[in-house]
Amino acid sequence: MTALSPELPKQISNWFTDQGWSLHPHQRDMLARSGAPAQLLIAPTGAGKTMAGFLPTLAELADGGHNGLHTLYISPLKALAADIKRNLETPVAGMGLPIRIEDRTGDTPNSRKRRQRADPPHILLTTPESLALLMSYEDAPRIFQGLQRVVVDEIHALAESKRGDQLMLALSRLSALCPDLRRVGLSATVDDPAAIARYLAPTGCAVLHADAGPAPDITMLHTDEAPPWSGSGAAYAIPAVLEHVKQHKTTLIFHNTRAQAEVFFHNLWLANDDALPIGIHHGSLDRAQREKVEAAMVAGQLRAVVCTGSLDLGIDWGNVDLVIQIGAPKNVKRLVQRIGRANHRYNAPSKAILVPANRFEVIECLAALEAVQDGDLDGDPRPTGPRDVLCQHILLCACSGPFEADALYAEVTQAGPYADLTRADFDACLTFCATGGYALRAYDKWQRLQQRPDGQWQLRDPRSAALIRQNVGTIQDTDTLKVKMRGRHGAPLGEIEEGFAASLTPGDTFLIGGQIVRYEALREMVVQVSRDKGRRPKVATFMGTKFATSTQLSQRILHLLNQPDWPALPAHTADWLHLQRQMSELPRPSTLLIESFPHDGLAHTCIYGFAGRNAQQTLGLLATRRMEEMGLAPLGFVATDQATLIWGLEELRDPAPLFDLTTLEDGLEGWLSSNALMKRTFRSVATIAGLIQRNIQGQRKSGRQATFSSDILYDTLHRYDPDHLLLQITREEALSGLIDFARLRDLVARVQGRISHRHLDRITPLAAPLLLEVGKVRIDGEGRERLLREETAKLMQDAGLAEI
Amino acid sequence: MLPPYDTRDTLARLEKDLARTRAKSVICLGDSFDDSIAARGISEQEFTWITRLQAGRHWVWIEGNHDPGPLAIGGTHMSELPLPPIQFRHIAQAGSAAEISGHYHPKARVKTKAGEISRPCFLIDSDRVIMPAYGSYTGGLSCEDPVLVNLMRPEALAVLTGDVAQPIPMPGRRKSLHD
Repeated sequence: MTALSPELPKQISNWFTDQGWSLHPHQRDMLARSGAPAQLLIAPTGAGKTMAGFLPTLAELADGGHNGLHTLYISPLKALAADIKRNLETPVAGMGLPIRIEDRTGDTPNSRKRRQRADPPHILLTTPESLALLMSYEDAPRIFQGLQRVVVDEIHALAESKRGDQLMLALSRLSALCPDLRRVGLSATVDDPAAIARYLAPTGCAVLHADAGPAPDITMLHTDEAPPWSGSGAAYAIPAVLEHVKQHKTTLIFHNTRAQAEVFFHNLWLANDDALPIGIHHGSLDRAQREKVEAAMVAGQLRAVVCTGSLDLGIDWGNVDLVIQIGAPKNVKRLVQRIGRANHRYNAPSKAILVPANRFEVIECLAALEAVQDGDLDGDPRPTGPRDVLCQHILLCACSGPFEADALYAEVTQAGPYADLTRADFDACLTFCATGGYALRAYDKWQRLQQRPDGQWQLRDPRSAALIRQNVGTIQDTDTLKVKMRGRHGAPLGEIEEGFAASLTPGDTFLIGGQIVRYEALREMVVQVSRDKGRRPKVATFMGTKFATSTQLSQRILHLLNQPDWPALPAHTADWLHLQRQMSELPRPSTLLIESFPHDGLAHTCIYGFAGRNAQQTLGLLATRRMEEMGLAPLGFVATDQATLIWGLEELRDPAPLFDLTTLEDGLEGWLSSNALMKRTFRSVATIAGLIQRNIQGQRKSGRQATFSSDILYDTLHRYDPDHLLLQITREEALSGLIDFARLRDLVARVQGRISHRHLDRITPLAAPLLLEVGKVRIDGEGRERLLREETAKLMQDAGLAEI
Repeated sequence: MLPPYDTRDTLARLEKDLARTRAKSVICLGDSFDDSIAARGISEQEFTWITRLQAGRHWVWIEGNHDPGPLAIGGTHMSELPLPPIQFRHIAQAGSAAEISGHYHPKARVKTKAGEISRPCFLIDSDRVIMPAYGSYTGGLSCEDPVLVNLMRPEALAVLTGDVAQPIPMPGRRKSLHD
């Protein structure tokens, strides 16, 4: 056995020797570099990242000479913080180290929280929200006195959300309080490590790469039966998946949406003749239910877990030896991170199987598989830090005491995501926090900051601090209602979206937690259900968000389609592509393919934009608007990640006007202002920025109450102050998120008028599956009126009533 | 789970229609308030709104099967309104003549190339008119339902609502015309 690290104190190295363990090279490197002001470690799952992050802390605390807080550990999950605490306490006790470790999350009792403020532990494990809250107390400088290290775990996941932006702002405050603070980031494999390093510390951060380990053993599922033409259920693959579950110890079966996970679990259970112990885990399930599955998983009692992204982050799940991804992965980076969940033994290849849910996904799975082999990960550049998060930060700073605008601006630009923030943008946020903005300046409740004679800013009413603290955080849960079994002590089952609940009528059945339940009533914002014996739910299940295929993966698919032949594809799929090439052509990367053909008595047009589901959906909305103006009487459309299919009464002869950027942008403006999505985005922005509160003195407003007041505010601002800061933020977010106009704009720029418009006499092989897609959007315009007029006239004629 | 906008939306439309037609009388054919609104109580704002609409008009509330009895709201409350020769009531009664009623909220479907189009409709024959729902999010009964088929004469018309009112022979009664 090689010697452990020279930096390690005796108690620690002895313990390692007693366990018969040695250090991984990257763990030793992290020890050697423990003095660096900022250090990022990139390591695959299972490589002992967390230990690598904590070893320097244990070494520094071993002599018992440090008083107060030494290391702050931040994780994106409460559960992860608790998990790490358990995993640390065992070795620390074994080494006999005088170290106190505690966690602090939303679940920590208030008495313990108070004690932690008075007498902080050596190591505090917490979440970004709990840290932001802690920083907002007047005694923050005392709490954090002497802090040496901050370890940010799963930083790649935090960097993708506003939670990470909030955390980086908190860290910039912390560094101001504790100038010697060293930052450590722990990240899974990512496309752009330098970007994560800049995110953690914009003034310079070293990057350490752990050995990536052997390449994963990843394949596409081969079944005798070809996948169906459309849909996302993958029911055809159930027998094959069960067979794989039998051959492995523990299998994780990942899905892209909760709804798909529910349906698949239900079907799996119906086919599970050997009664293998299989569980389900996703974010909408009741916490107690999820914890039960997690415990059973750690204890090795489950053979498989059907799950969603809720299992994406680093909790150690024991002996997973196979990962199955149902449905095209949509995003290569996420796929790689999921595959890493299999086989937690470092240096053993992870085993994964991709299961395409339909014929097109066979192609997408192959493209993703090749991308993983090439190590070609996808990622979108992070935009500048969002300003609604900054507004919340400013308000929280004011809670902790008066501040100088110049000093706070300087501090904020030390945070990675805000390094490029202009002074004007900062001042706009400060003004918003102080006055609510031009249109709202008459309202007392939004006059929250005032400038003192010495120029410092402070809360106008110190009592408002409580309300600001109660609404800390950037997580916007969609509005959900709890689901419970009927009866006085009905078991809680989980949550469904308010919109889905509104669509139910008593007697409707749906799936939750793998069982079919019948909707009975809504009482006090709780959905009451009863058990149902049926085998088929009437309503599939709640919606959930769908990911759009990433830009990089879409490009790979386009290049794959342009190969002369496809030996890597199963025959059923290759034959289908050959037929398309024969009848029409295959979409190319630099040319936009549009097919027009009659089908079922209506004119159809299929636009192969490969811009991802959200942008293709937006294209459908904007193109049909334009077509309505052109008198083409569109009746409806449907969008997938690859294409938008539009049908109507008149044939499209010239597609060019649909892709004029100015017209598209005009149409977008008109459509956006009345769009429900904009209002939803505004609600989340306004909540984060502190314009509206979800929590008022412990009482949580129901989603509908909050919607109502935020809708009124939206309309008011839209009418009287269209350039209001929060409307600017809302617009930016809506355009890049679900509306994804950015990708539509990229598409127009990419093809630059190079459109290949094919007029065909019948539907083409590539377009046909779109007819089977669910989620068709109906256009209620001139087309439908015209059809109705024709039909009613004909009915009157037939009845001999036309002349009366 | 009717959204609160339902009531507002309905009242806004009613206000516009009253201004346009300058109606002197308003006769509500029952079920004007559904259970959920009755349960949470009509809001202050909506109450004032209705009172404002009632100013200067003859306003009759006919009792419906869903209405929780007379509400403390202005206007005349009646179980039926005879206004000879016309009879206004909530539910149509077989055998009556010159009757105008609500309750069923008939809907008619028309098959087109783009699938079926369903619209609220008036059912009209020489004995009666059954009115569609005025409310924004109210369901309806297919006019092919035996209850409606039995109430209406064979030559009844269904008049579809929309931008332009469009008559068709009442679906479900259509064939019997040639019997």
